[in-house]
Amino acid sequence: MFGTLRKGFEFHLGTEIINIRIPSDGSRIDHELEASMIHVPFVSASVFCIHPRNDEMKHIVKIMALLVALSAIWISLLQISVIPDSYTWLLPLYFIITLGCYGLFMVGIGLMQFPTCPQEAILLQQDIIEAKDFLKTKGVDVGSD
Amino acid sequence: MIKPTPFKGFNGGDREITVKMENQQKEKSSAKYSIIVPTYNERLNIALIVYLIFKHLSGIDFEIIVVDDGSPDGTQDIVKQLQQVYGEDCILLRPRPKKLGLGTAYMHGLKHASGNFVVIMDADLSHHPKYLPSFIKKQMETGASIVTGTRYVKGGGVHGWNLMRKLTSRGANVLAQTFLWPGVSDLTGSFRLYRKSVLEDVISSCVSKGYVFQMEMIVRASRKGYHIEEVVEM
Repeated sequence: MFGTLRKGFEFHLGTEIINIRIPSDGSRIDHELEASMIHVPFVSASVFCIHPRNDEMKHIVKIMALLVALSAIWISLLQISVIPDSYTWLLPLYFIITLGCYGLFMVGIGLMQFPTCPQEAILLQQDIIEAKDFLKTKGVDVGSD
Repeated sequence: MIKPTPFKGFNGGDREITVKMENQQKEKSSAKYSIIVPTYNERLNIALIVYLIFKHLSGIDFEIIVVDDGSPDGTQDIVKQLQQVYGEDCILLRPRPKKLGLGTAYMHGLKHASGNFVVIMDADLSHHPKYLPSFIKKQMETGASIVTGTRYVKGGGVHGWNLMRKLTSRGANVLAQTFLWPGVSDLTGSFRLYRKSVLEDVISSCVSKGYVFQMEMIVRASRKGYHIEEVVEM
């Protein structure tokens, strides 16, 4: 690919158009620079081609960014050694445990606060009686199963 | 129809607002609602549901599509009797040979839907048709693509649920809220009003089956950026 390129050769790569120009005075462009010019757009184009669902990608990216930020904080804590190292090494474990406890706590709160409406049951029974009366007059069979 | 106004000044702005208002009026007057009700062994409830829908949606153009999965208790006979009472153009019976799943029932019903809005309901009276006017009103006010009923917001609620059911519902919601950030308060509820094109788009991109299917639909819709509104229901 990097061997002989004609003058003004245009290289189409999905969404990218790369112009690889050979200087007219015959000197050769540094091949490593050419390689990087092709490699980076190729990777980004292939990423977008392989993952057609860009909306899904964005959510994973958000989650990854959050995890990377947390990891960065953790590693910096390790470097700084403000907290003794034995505690710092266990921080991810504490984080996961906290997350689990938070989840259980939210489920518990939700269960206790689950809104109920017993008066709706009574209204429903009234509606059922009204419906059965009407449908009986019209000849629809509304006996019990 | 655009009324041509020859004067200058804020002409463009006025005309845009007139066109938008007229489009909304057109949509309001031409809105037809297809209500898809998948049934299996709902001999008694289907008659009650149909009566209640007709009672609460008088004056609105709608049709009911009953997708029956080969119920052995004679649900289809009841639906045929209801068709005699209410008319075959209002109640469509589109049966299937056997139980083939909820998602495919929706897709089957969608193929026969002629309205531009689709409502999905359960046939077991856990979704009361009296909330349908509030769904329609909310959609018309906000122009939303999806209106979903929520039982977790103040004013909503459930009745007759045992602890296990409440636990699974809350647990699934908390799990999904922690990891998926859907932007909707009630993910497991299945009482929803969709614009027809939006439902087709969302259903074609779903891959799961069963209980998770309802959650997946709303999460995918929220990812795709559709305008979702919520209405309290009990």
